[in-house]
Amino acid sequence: MKVGLFIPCYIDQFYPKVAIATFQLLGKLGCEIIFPQGQTCCGQPMANSGFASLSGGCDKNFIANFSGVDYIVAPSGSCVLHIKEHLNDGKSPAEAEFIRTHIYELTEFLTDVMKLEKLSARFPYKVGLHNSCHGQRGLHLSSMSELVAPAFSKPAALLNMVSGLQLCLPERPDECCGFGGTFCVFEEAVSVKMGVDRIKEHESNDVDVITGGDVSCLMHLEGIMKRKGSKTRVMHIAEILNSEL
Amino acid sequence: MNPSHAKLAEAFNADEKRTDWHDQTLWFVRQKRDKAAHVLPEWEKLRQWASDIKDHTLSNLDVYLAEFEQKATANGVQVHWALDAADHNAIIHKIIRDQGLTRIVKSKSMLTEECHLNDYLQQSGIEVIDTDLGERIVQFRKEPPSHIVLPAIHLKKQDVSETFQEHLGTEAGNYDPQYLTQAARIHLREKFIQSELAITGVNFAVAETGGFVVCTNEGNADMGVHSAKIHIGCMGIEKIIPKAEHLGVFTRLLARSATGQPITTYTSHFHRPRPGQEMHIVIVDNGRTRQLGREDFRNSLKCIRCAACFNTCPVYRRSGGHSYHTAVAGPIGSILNPNLDMKANADLPFASTLCGSCTNVCPVKINIHEQLWKWRQVIAEEGLVAPSKKYSMKMMAFVLARPSLYRIAGSAGRWVMRNLSFLVKVKSLNPWYKQREMPDAPKESFRDWYKKNKEV
Ligand code: SF4
Repeated sequence: MKVGLFIPCYIDQFYPKVAIATFQLLGKLGCEIIFPQGQTCCGQPMANSGFASLSGGCDKNFIANFSGVDYIVAPSGSCVLHIKEHLNDGKSPAEAEFIRTHIYELTEFLTDVMKLEKLSARFPYKVGLHNSCHGQRGLHLSSMSELVAPAFSKPAALLNMVSGLQLCLPERPDECCGFGGTFCVFEEAVSVKMGVDRIKEHESNDVDVITGGDVSCLMHLEGIMKRKGSKTRVMHIAEILNSEL
Repeated sequence: MNPSHAKLAEAFNADEKRTDWHDQTLWFVRQKRDKAAHVLPEWEKLRQWASDIKDHTLSNLDVYLAEFEQKATANGVQVHWALDAADHNAIIHKIIRDQGLTRIVKSKSMLTEECHLNDYLQQSGIEVIDTDLGERIVQFRKEPPSHIVLPAIHLKKQDVSETFQEHLGTEAGNYDPQYLTQAARIHLREKFIQSELAITGVNFAVAETGGFVVCTNEGNADMGVHSAKIHIGCMGIEKIIPKAEHLGVFTRLLARSATGQPITTYTSHFHRPRPGQEMHIVIVDNGRTRQLGREDFRNSLKCIRCAACFNTCPVYRRSGGHSYHTAVAGPIGSILNPNLDMKANADLPFASTLCGSCTNVCPVKINIHEQLWKWRQVIAEEGLVAPSKKYSMKMMAFVLARPSLYRIAGSAGRWVMRNLSFLVKVKSLNPWYKQREMPDAPKESFRDWYKKNKEV
């Protein structure tokens, strides 16, 4: 199984350890991983700011890098959602279509494609799960509190396979953390307040670590917690699923 | 030009306790909605039906509106058509003037807010008393409602007490809700008894019967209408539904979505004037046909104004209705208002994280967050975003489309953050840094690591 590893730009630059964990985890599970060197960004920052018209270059680049693999996997729900919904290229519509339908967020890939039932990971800590909105409501990684439908959670199911890990959900299980792309700077006050509230719920559960499938949410929460001098850390779910004895 | 949502929201957040209280109060309503929805196994089916009925109706609006007019006229109701807000106000003004009336009560209607009817009539020396308790409170304070179902939700009982003390002469420092409500009741009863003309909104108008339905929890629509000799119902063209049998779908969804009640306390049906009474209906377009013509946004007209999207919206809960500087705030307002005035409301589609919760709660399945995204594209296209944002986006797009340039920019950026961190740590220039630390800038990107380690 040829898996193209997509490492979104800001993870590549600021959170290489998340990328390394994803790379190692997929390797351990037996995937043949290809990391195309020319990849950059999915184009979401422009599109969500109203400039989808400017993301053509990113689309072209993405297609050039990721054609010819069986699956594309990324440790970021929101980038995956962007590609799924908006990747387009007039010159190579078939490739774009293939990519849109074969790109997976990491936990979704592990659950739905790899059909993982056990993991050798161990992480003896109390962990709070932050459901990212794009992962949850966009990619349907877990059930949503607004809908009348059966409950499930792909990331929680994976975390429950990790030995020693104690999983805690916040009281509002799927409220947005307030990152929201450029929202975090253009609506700074509300964005920070949303983050503060999210952290408060997790900290009232006394968690050691807040985890999730989107580095962007975690980066925002981390920024607020560091400023407050909080002891709670953030870790991407790939880092936890990849941790060993 | 209005201050932007971001600025107004920042001001709202300056009082953190009040922000917390606003958030928690509305979250409580959202939870009540969840409980009410989750006891109905057919909830998602109901939403689909409601959405389908509205879709069908919007595609045949002309037919159903004409049918409604014909039936209503046959029932003895006078039907008026208003192209825009000015028309709507003028029609109502004329009815009032022709009869020489002065004592007018109104039961909550967001449409009259949208048309700024109160201001308009006031300028002509006519006073309208809002009779919904929340609306009366904000009216005393000369504020617009901050929420379409709970108009005074931004106020605490202390605020209400002060307002009543000033306008109704209640005891200073008495915050007892019972006491305050009683004072309002006595005051409003007087207004009801004296009223000569009652204006109400319309929740649903039924083409088949020519009748319409008004939903309230305080019975104020009934009180007003039953004591006045003239009743004017104001409805947007999108309030129409084809048949009486469709009503049940909507009334079941409306109250549950709005407040978690199985049904509103009063669901009043009006069909014809009683002997000696006059009944009018003003059917208003005010930009709705324009929205109908915008394919990406037309289904925003399915809205039944339950406000579930407000209560669930994490941004609305932490910024308050007034930060949206329009009659209809919240997520739905952010997709309706750019249609009314794109320039004045260009900020609203950006007042969202696109979390999608609004779309999930919406009882008529409006894809609100997708429409917010689409409005952003339209607004950027129309050149209504700040030039600085546009240039930074252009620059970013240029770099990100070129892998080698991206690599250079990335390592240069990280180098600056590591070695010249004071540059990014200017709170006035970097809003991120105001209340958040920057992420650490590692020496090595993943790409660098990969080149060295992929074989090991
Ligand atoms: S958009 Fe949907 S959720 Fe929001 S007020 Fe309208 S009907 Fe209710």
